[in-house]
Amino acid sequence: MTVPAEFERTVLPHLNAAHNLARWLVREPALAEDVVQDAMVRALSYFGTYRGGDARAWLLRIVRNTAYTTMTIRRRTAMTSLDAAASETEASAPFQVPDPADDPEAALAHRQRAGTLEQALAALPLELRECLVLRELEELSYKQIATITDVAIGTVMSRLWRARRALMQGRDRAEEGMA
Amino acid sequence: MDDGCSEMRLLIQADVDHELGPAEAARVAAHVEGCGSCASVHAGLERLSTRLQSELPYHRAPEALQARIVKTVAPRITEARRPSRWQRLSRPSVAAPFGAGFALAASLALFFVLPSGGVQDSVVAGHIRGLQAGHLLDVVSTDQHTVKPWFNGRLDYAPPVKDLAVDGFPLAGGRLDYLAGHPIAVLVYQHRQHVIDVFVAPESHSAGPSESRSGGFNVLRWSRDGMVFWAVSDLNAEELATFAQLWQAS
Repeated sequence: MTVPAEFERTVLPHLNAAHNLARWLVREPALAEDVVQDAMVRALSYFGTYRGGDARAWLLRIVRNTAYTTMTIRRRTAMTSLDAAASETEASAPFQVPDPADDPEAALAHRQRAGTLEQALAALPLELRECLVLRELEELSYKQIATITDVAIGTVMSRLWRARRALMQGRDRAEEGMA
Repeated sequence: MDDGCSEMRLLIQADVDHELGPAEAARVAAHVEGCGSCASVHAGLERLSTRLQSELPYHRAPEALQARIVKTVAPRITEARRPSRWQRLSRPSVAAPFGAGFALAASLALFFVLPSGGVQDSVVAGHIRGLQAGHLLDVVSTDQHTVKPWFNGRLDYAPPVKDLAVDGFPLAGGRLDYLAGHPIAVLVYQHRQHVIDVFVAPESHSAGPSESRSGGFNVLRWSRDGMVFWAVSDLNAEELATFAQLWQAS
């Protein structure tokens, strides 16, 4: 089988997964589509290095790297623009790149007053959000998530725990608030 | 859940995520049974998981994006297929590859999956075609008594139709697909955000392996009452097997 035909057979079927991940990472619909398109072009160029196996994880890793690159570029552009800096407080959220110093609980408490689970997940730092999306929506194993996000399995486990703890505690707070 | 049990958290979580072997899972279960705070962590994680999977939107690729990607990717595939690619690239002519790319883009929609032989590949190809082309359902109904008669007159056999909504696999409808040039009934089920296609044909069809995996999709085959069934989905193998068992048992 020729390489392109193999690409059509193994990689293109995971377009939905690619789009779902991109959308949860960058959050802005148009930007997510650009990320997916760039990632597909990259995937085709890298396809020579694909050695069989898990095509979905292989593609999602490329999607994730593309999303991070896109967000870094966007952020750099935004920082050099005075307009963007002025509207930083409300407009920059979709382009935020994870800051390790971010406190997930504090960030969450700030955003979660709106209440829904979707918003709570969207408010999580990127590295926690991506783990939870890959686990709950793509139903990938710890090992697959570790490969895609380029960290150790132990790190995946602690990130998942931090993400879930933040969502559960946020929910408890919301319920106490109503009572 | 603080104090002495903090190291149990990741194990409890791994249990909820089906990551533990039988021995570890038994160890966690034994601890959770005797520890109130760990039991509440376990229950909380399960509740959260259920809510996340049922409430969060799954963002499928919009059709316009699929079309855009085919257009972007197709010309590159055309180039890669030509033997004298490097010569072509050094030439300034743009018109010829552009035209070829468009012709290929039109045919690509039908060949997202090229069957490499084997009936299970054709079944997977049919499943993906249904998902990609937005032609998943010809008859939309959760009622088996609507879906079953719909196939009358469209096929020379009557496929059995079952709804498994009570088991968490609601029937979404059915469609007509083609396998080896023959029309074939496809029953479409939903499980969370996953689509399960069940291809149903008279047993004369050659069967293929009873279990296989192709391009990230799982395929299960079984035979019953002179019919052969293939269930295809991106659902994990374990849950697809549960679905197949429920289908056969009901």
